[in-house]
Amino acid sequence: MTSIRIDGRDCPTRAGINLLQACLEAGANLPYFCWHPELGSVGACRQCAIKQFSGPDDTKGRIVMACMTPVSENTIISIDDPEARDFRASIIEWMMVNHPHDCPVCEEGGECHLQDMTVMTGHNTRRYRFTKRTHRNQDLGPFVKHEMNRCIACYRCVRFYRDYAGGDDLAVFASHDNVYFGRAEDGTLENAFSGNLVEICPTGVFTDKPFSTTYSRKWDMRGAPSVCVHCAVGCNTLVNAREETLRRVLNRYNTDVNRYLLCDRGRFGHGFVNAPTRIRTPLRGIGGQQVPISMADALTTFARMAAQGRIVGIASPRAALETCFSLHALVGPQHFCTGQTRQEQECTELAHALLARHPGALPTLHEMESADAVVVLGEDVCATAPRLGLSLRQSVRQASLHTADEAKVPRWMDAAVRTLGAECPSALHVLTPAPTGLDDVAAQALRAAPDDIARLGFAIAHAIDPAAPPVTDLSQDDTQLAARIAHALMAARRPLVVSGMQYGSRPLMQAAASIAAALAHTTPETGLSLVLPECNSMGLAMLGGLPLETVMEQARAGEISTLIITENDLTRHLSPADVAELVAAVPDIVVIDHTETPLCQQASLVLPASAFSECSGTLVSQEGRAQRFFQAVFPSAPIQTGWRWVQALARSLDPSTLHITGLTGWRDLDDVLAALGVAFPPLAPAAQAAPRANYRMDGQKLRSQTYRASGRTVIRSFINVHDQPPPGSPDMPFSSSMEGAYGPDMPAALVSGYQASPWNSVQALNRFQHEIGGPMRGGDCGIRLLPGTGHPDAKPAYATDIPRPYALQADTVLVLPDTRLFGSEELSMFSPPVKARATAPAMGLPASMVTSSHMVLHLDDGPHVLPVEPVPGLPAGIALCPAHMVARAFRFPCMARLERIADEGERS
Amino acid sequence: MLDTLRTLFLTALHAFHRRATVQYPEQKPYLPPRYRGRIILSRDPDGAERCVACNLCAVACPVDCISLQKTEADGRWYPEYFRINFSRCIFCGFCEEACPTYAIQLTPDFEMGEYARPNLVYEKDDLLISGTGKYPDYSFYHVAGIPVPGKDRGASERERPPVDLHSLLP
Amino acid sequence: MTYSAFFTIILTPLVILGLATVLTWVERRLLGLWQDRYGPNRVGPGGMFQAVADGTKILFKQDWIPPFADRGVFILAPAIGMMTVLLSFAVIPVTMGMGIAGDMNVGLLFVLGMMGLGVYAVVLAGWSSNSKYALLGGMRAAAQMISYEVFMGLSLLGVVMMAGSFNLHDIVAAQAGVWFIIPQCLGFGVFMLAGIAQTHRLPFDLPEGENELGAGFHTEYSGMKFGMFFIAEYAGIVLVSSLVTTLYLGGWRGPFLPPAMWFALKTGVMIIFFILLRASLPRPRYDQLMALGWKILLPLSLLNVMATGTILMLRAS
Repeated sequence: MTSIRIDGRDCPTRAGINLLQACLEAGANLPYFCWHPELGSVGACRQCAIKQFSGPDDTKGRIVMACMTPVSENTIISIDDPEARDFRASIIEWMMVNHPHDCPVCEEGGECHLQDMTVMTGHNTRRYRFTKRTHRNQDLGPFVKHEMNRCIACYRCVRFYRDYAGGDDLAVFASHDNVYFGRAEDGTLENAFSGNLVEICPTGVFTDKPFSTTYSRKWDMRGAPSVCVHCAVGCNTLVNAREETLRRVLNRYNTDVNRYLLCDRGRFGHGFVNAPTRIRTPLRGIGGQQVPISMADALTTFARMAAQGRIVGIASPRAALETCFSLHALVGPQHFCTGQTRQEQECTELAHALLARHPGALPTLHEMESADAVVVLGEDVCATAPRLGLSLRQSVRQASLHTADEAKVPRWMDAAVRTLGAECPSALHVLTPAPTGLDDVAAQALRAAPDDIARLGFAIAHAIDPAAPPVTDLSQDDTQLAARIAHALMAARRPLVVSGMQYGSRPLMQAAASIAAALAHTTPETGLSLVLPECNSMGLAMLGGLPLETVMEQARAGEISTLIITENDLTRHLSPADVAELVAAVPDIVVIDHTETPLCQQASLVLPASAFSECSGTLVSQEGRAQRFFQAVFPSAPIQTGWRWVQALARSLDPSTLHITGLTGWRDLDDVLAALGVAFPPLAPAAQAAPRANYRMDGQKLRSQTYRASGRTVIRSFINVHDQPPPGSPDMPFSSSMEGAYGPDMPAALVSGYQASPWNSVQALNRFQHEIGGPMRGGDCGIRLLPGTGHPDAKPAYATDIPRPYALQADTVLVLPDTRLFGSEELSMFSPPVKARATAPAMGLPASMVTSSHMVLHLDDGPHVLPVEPVPGLPAGIALCPAHMVARAFRFPCMARLERIADEGERS
Repeated sequence: MLDTLRTLFLTALHAFHRRATVQYPEQKPYLPPRYRGRIILSRDPDGAERCVACNLCAVACPVDCISLQKTEADGRWYPEYFRINFSRCIFCGFCEEACPTYAIQLTPDFEMGEYARPNLVYEKDDLLISGTGKYPDYSFYHVAGIPVPGKDRGASERERPPVDLHSLLP
Repeated sequence: MTYSAFFTIILTPLVILGLATVLTWVERRLLGLWQDRYGPNRVGPGGMFQAVADGTKILFKQDWIPPFADRGVFILAPAIGMMTVLLSFAVIPVTMGMGIAGDMNVGLLFVLGMMGLGVYAVVLAGWSSNSKYALLGGMRAAAQMISYEVFMGLSLLGVVMMAGSFNLHDIVAAQAGVWFIIPQCLGFGVFMLAGIAQTHRLPFDLPEGENELGAGFHTEYSGMKFGMFFIAEYAGIVLVSSLVTTLYLGGWRGPFLPPAMWFALKTGVMIIFFILLRASLPRPRYDQLMALGWKILLPLSLLNVMATGTILMLRAS
């Protein structure tokens, strides 16, 4: 244990960090700007100046930048030294010289790192009497607002955007105090992580544009820990709400998962919660019209329907575990459908099986960052699991970090390490049909059809472990490539194989698992990660159930009288013909959802469910991590959680028909989870994803509003001037008001926001961590249902069904889904900014096949005329079609006919 | 004993003193301009709303009786709604002190009794006056460095015109 | 019983109640006068009907009995207070002819007895309210009123000795020459103080002590039950003032004006004096009040009895 002396106080610290980190970890208040835990130090802002003394006898000392000075044993420093204090005060005074007088109209106000630091240094009087430099702003697209006058030139934005996230359209221009951080010209920031600039920027240069339209100060908003519902990675988020509307989503630090950063879909995709497409009252379908009815009427209607015959339930991979399980408890396993097609379900169940029996490790996102050789097998992770893609991007730096270690350069010395890294080779191999966002940092970016990639994967597995089945008829080039990749993987200390079900291909995932299993023989740290499509795909795979095809068969046979669909848009899974057939064959369809889906028009009964921000529940991420999200918004009466609707439906039935009779007696979330644990023992730990609802800190509930939330006695007074009791929920240990406990030591799963006076910005997070960049003070967040370390003694079971190579066909092409970050995901497309960011669907073809500007694609549901654009590197005979954007249900590869239509010019 | 009698005598003498009571409402008392009475929202010298919906008055309010929502038009921030529950207001004037734009001001009017409490909930229409109130010349947007219609970027007080990024001159 | 006596019996309480009610307004106006303000001046000419407005209001207030109170006693207490005061008036001789039983041979004893009974109103109210403030007020009242009753009785002995009778007519008659305030100045002082204490008027309103006991024995009372305590207190002032008039100021005796007028005038002056006391003197501490009673007033009144007796003995011999 290293120890340093700060202002005469001995503080234990750890070796290998810089003095700024050491000071912050010791609880000292030392201002800083350019340093960021994830970005390291560059010493650009000069704000963290402290006095360092060479020994106990040194009384004079010298000023050093804390962020650039490594901790060494018996370092003696002083933060309070008058000279250092004056130095810091003068630095901030210089920074404030050109700062505009606009805090009242700045979205950062109240959670501004610059405000905090200015107060911390004691700068409160302006001495500069001359004119201020000004800049013109740019329109940076629907996500980020630009206000350059507020800039203090800390360079964090470009360091994050270019160096960390790999963007190239944000840069620094001009010179001296004119430096300008922006794009070369106005335009949307292209990078998928541009939203993080809002949190990275220490002041109000980059602010949240959608949030600005419904702006509220940080202290006024109720916060709740939540989990992102827009992909299967399971990033932790904070949701902020005021006046029972969701205002914004912020990143919530989870040391294993998303850490400091969130993708733009997660940050800006929450708009569906407040969208006009929300269902807010029960609806009854009468003669093709949806008529609002009361809750009691809805339940009696249901009881009448249920008396007609068999009830079948369709769950959803985007619904919380509790909702799916309650439906399971209502209808029983014989009539419980996962709401996925057979192909989807087989893929997710295969993914679960492969992960569960993987002999190596199942790495967390943070562990992936330190993988030193990565193979991505047929998955565009930057679109399907963007945050995972960002972690893979960081893994490319491993070589430079090892080089830095050898050169005795601390890893946080960012500029030096990145200079070293310019020379270091990448060990990322991207084998996909279409270009991905990782190609620019990949050592190898190979384009091939999914089956060919799977074959290559099996070949790599065979090259690593001869016991794995060989691939016949492999070309000479591919054999060599497989051997090269196998060699790179075997040389690595922590290799990682990533695949997924983007192309619905079982062989791809099996090939990935085979490589990982073969490697795990010699390297137990070998990681395997399989990307799933939806936020609770893994949870549903662990529950199991019938695929949609079986429900279709039952419906055709007339066996279903009532179909309950929870939070699932079947039109995204079934072709329009199938949906029409289902609607015709089933007398009564009950839809429980928060957002209008096309099926609602045909439903006999539509029940308003709460969205993720309005209830508490559990989601299982693709790495098998059960995580709890909590309620921040308390919607008005008929809207309730999915499982409460199912329970209400169950209460209107004969108790003997229920699969789990306890269903009607559940009082809160903990009861549901207890029953879930009994029915599905592998899911039992999900109850420990977060403290139970009866958790109390210092004998109190935790508060979800700040202690200075305003407007308590007036905010509802236009409805009723008398005070209303604050709303509450039995499902969570939070009080909805400002009354309750709060502190840096509260359980990590219950952190509703970061504020630790005098740190009011998101940088207050430092106070909530044991070690900066390390675990939270309040312990772990979420619980893994699949062991992260794997089963070293498990015998690798290699899959043997190696696919045939993809053969070009004369009249048809293989249409592959072009999964898009903005556009393919269901819920985020209801969010106005994401919708604005999504580009119009277009078909991608190999350059050789592009013969006209538009072509007709004949999919299952009919012909689609699409603009065509050439995709460099796309293998011949393959077309890329945006998933869910052209044909709603189009999601997995299919063979389709492509028809050329003449261009305007040609016709004339 | 004598002291007690003297007290009695002195008290009795007060019968001949002038009475201090002001016979309100027949007789209106003088209230100084800074008297803390009914709250109003004032306007800029050029007639636009001064309030920029910064929420500082709401957070300064000890009884939490102010609530507002920000909205924006042409770069100016406005309150979409601005509501004060005067049945809770204690007329402490903290909101006025917190206001960075002199928008919210307390006036020497206190005659706002109502028979029904809901009538004491004042909305923006009820609060907004047509004048500048106590600070006739102040305009926040002339000082703040963000452009509004009629004032381009770099045209605020003590500001230089925007930097030409393409210039190579130092 | 003659028709006129019956009429008097009906009329007297009404007059007294009306007087007490008006007195509430008079007191507030006078206090206003001495405190450089107006007092109630809005209802009717000069605010005269303020008492009517207050009375109407208090009559229509909810008649609330706390659930924890001893119901029967709680209702009884204000009735006792009202009744004892009204009964005392029976023996006050306004003039030779006016009055109900002015000629009663033990008139003075009757008054003392009634005033003694008045303690019960306060004590029972305090006890039955079942509230600590009320109980503390009741206990103070019991101690204060029982103690001061002693000096009140003793101070009156001088008057009785000089008049040689308990009959109030006789006492007034005995003052044909010199009002007893001159020979009995000591007794007069003690009687005044004891009278204030007995009616627990300011400055001796310790049983009510707003600032430490809420309202003392009647904390839990509201509506007309409170109103009865309130009116009884003002009727008590009138009673003590008329007793002082009768015992020390020569009753109805006086030149030029009719006797009834003289009586009213003297009583009115005494009432105004009581109000002046309220306007000017602060409330003593409880222990100071008791010390004043037992250490000063008791010796003084005994001295008065002894001196009067001695002088009468010497004069007789």
